Amino acid sequence: MDEVTTTPLRSVGATSAVRFAAHGSGPRIESEVELRSVLASLSGVDAVGLEARAAKLATRSIKRSSKLAALDLAIAMVDLTTLEGADTPGRVASLCAKAARPDPRNHEVPSVAAVCVYPDLVATAKRALGDAPVAVASVATAFPSGRASLAMKLADVAEARSAGADEIDMVIDRGAFLAGRLGQVFDEIVAVKAACGPAHLKVILETGELVTYDNVRRASWLAMLAGADFIKTSTGKVPAASTPPVALVMLEAARDFAESTGRVVGVKLAGGIRSAKDAIRYLVLVNETAGTAWLTPERFRFGASSLLNDLLMQRLKQQRGAYVRVDEFSGD
Amino acid sequence: MSDRIDVRKTYKLVVKGAFVRSESGRSYEVTDATGAFWANVAQASRKDLREAVVAARGAQRSWWAMTAYNRGQVLYRLAEMAEARRAELAEHVAVAEGIDPVVASDAVARGIDRIVWYAGWTDKVAQVLGGANPVAGPYFNFSLPVPCGVVGVIAPTDSSFEGFVDAVLAPLATGNTVVALASETRPTPAVLLGEMSATADLPGGVLNVLTGRRDELAPVLCEHEDVDGVDLDGADETVGALASLAAGSIKRVLRPRSSAGDGDVRRLRAFVETSTVWHTIGQ
Repeated sequence: MDEVTTTPLRSVGATSAVRFAAHGSGPRIESEVELRSVLASLSGVDAVGLEARAAKLATRSIKRSSKLAALDLAIAMVDLTTLEGADTPGRVASLCAKAARPDPRNHEVPSVAAVCVYPDLVATAKRALGDAPVAVASVATAFPSGRASLAMKLADVAEARSAGADEIDMVIDRGAFLAGRLGQVFDEIVAVKAACGPAHLKVILETGELVTYDNVRRASWLAMLAGADFIKTSTGKVPAASTPPVALVMLEAARDFAESTGRVVGVKLAGGIRSAKDAIRYLVLVNETAGTAWLTPERFRFGASSLLNDLLMQRLKQQRGAYVRVDEFSGD
Repeated sequence: MSDRIDVRKTYKLVVKGAFVRSESGRSYEVTDATGAFWANVAQASRKDLREAVVAARGAQRSWWAMTAYNRGQVLYRLAEMAEARRAELAEHVAVAEGIDPVVASDAVARGIDRIVWYAGWTDKVAQVLGGANPVAGPYFNFSLPVPCGVVGVIAPTDSSFEGFVDAVLAPLATGNTVVALASETRPTPAVLLGEMSATADLPGGVLNVLTGRRDELAPVLCEHEDVDGVDLDGADETVGALASLAAGSIKRVLRPRSSAGDGDVRRLRAFVETSTVWHTIGQ
């Protein structure tokens, strides 16, 4: 275990099970050996059964008033995101206006949960949102690849924090995770969590690069043990992003973690969720896996940009009875 | 060969260049003119219609962005494909309408000629429906016909191939994309043309053909706010009701009119808007 020496975690120590803290702060991991033993104790994922269950739950049909409620809930769970090289202050400002009042003609439509931008645009977003009940989330830690030194990652977080970010979306070092340097990944999350202060920390696992469901389960636990407030599927920058089976694994992990430690960790799905139909299917997954307690923006989010328009269109369709024009709502 | 088992065909929907069953899983029986079983046909649902409109909307920009000449070539290729399957089309028309095979064959030939006619119109519409306008200033002023966007077609029953061609090709020729609802009782010639569109280089989504119950689907098509115009040729006694539904979203409505003769550009004119462009006169 030569990689252990590169981490400040003590490489010696009992392979004891996690010591659960009664006060809800979660278990303490004292050494990499301990971390490994906890992750090794997780059962493997039955991939066929998992995919079958995810597909089965996707066949649920949600109708009428339940559908309207689901659409409103999904809107309130959206992290309205723009993470492009071409982002301008103007674009972020219009995104913020949309986040605060998604349908300007209808005050019953809730605000979204947050807007998600790069660190240099956090201040712009904060200014544009004013008193609106919308948080500002910022990606950090050398998003999207996560390939930078810890010092640079922490500087990235500090910049976002000083600009006023309420939530930090960090990426894990997938290369380190896949190479087995779990202690390094763990320590980085711990360090970033400390740098976040009161800001919520979402840890992006980039499940499309983790190859197996087993890895997704292990990475989820690793992030939660290290102090993540949310675990998030994807940066949205790789083709294979959120899928129902991956969401199911992560929701199970969050549920099991809460049951065994008492600490509640949220789940955020990002990347590739574009239709209201998909969003409602994921809400069914949440309800059937983690339970109704997770059906709130404090515990479950969608990271998306075009999804919001489809949610608004379907909402309007429920009210008008006729299908709605695409350009009824602004593009950004 | 007498003991060979029939290879029966279920006619599917044509949506976004793919042949799909209805998401509802429904199908219905179509009979020939005498009432005997003829074929099983997919019965589209409102959701299939919605998907078709999304496909048509998605394809419209690139269809219109092609050069008019290129669009004409694609439509001409559709005629080539239809010509190769002329006998099959004629059989379907004869069975569906209960007419003499020779008469049906003539009707199919006229329909294919009609495709060629519309293919020729793609790069001539602008000259006929557009123009250069005299203005009191040092400017050029042009009127250009541009497509409405997505056009819904309620296809006629009395002319199951020729009528379908006329209703569908006109909006295609002017750069619109089409969601066509085939005749409820005689849908197979229309579905065959939809199949041919896939081998004619028509980009997926440009021509979508749905089969099913007119009274279930036509109101949804006419109410759909993302449809820019409807051709009510096959609406019969429901024309008034459908037109008022279409009025809710200020659609273009083409009402049925008997016997459009050769050379009639009524349908070409129906689904274009006039865009006016000013340009300074150069030195």
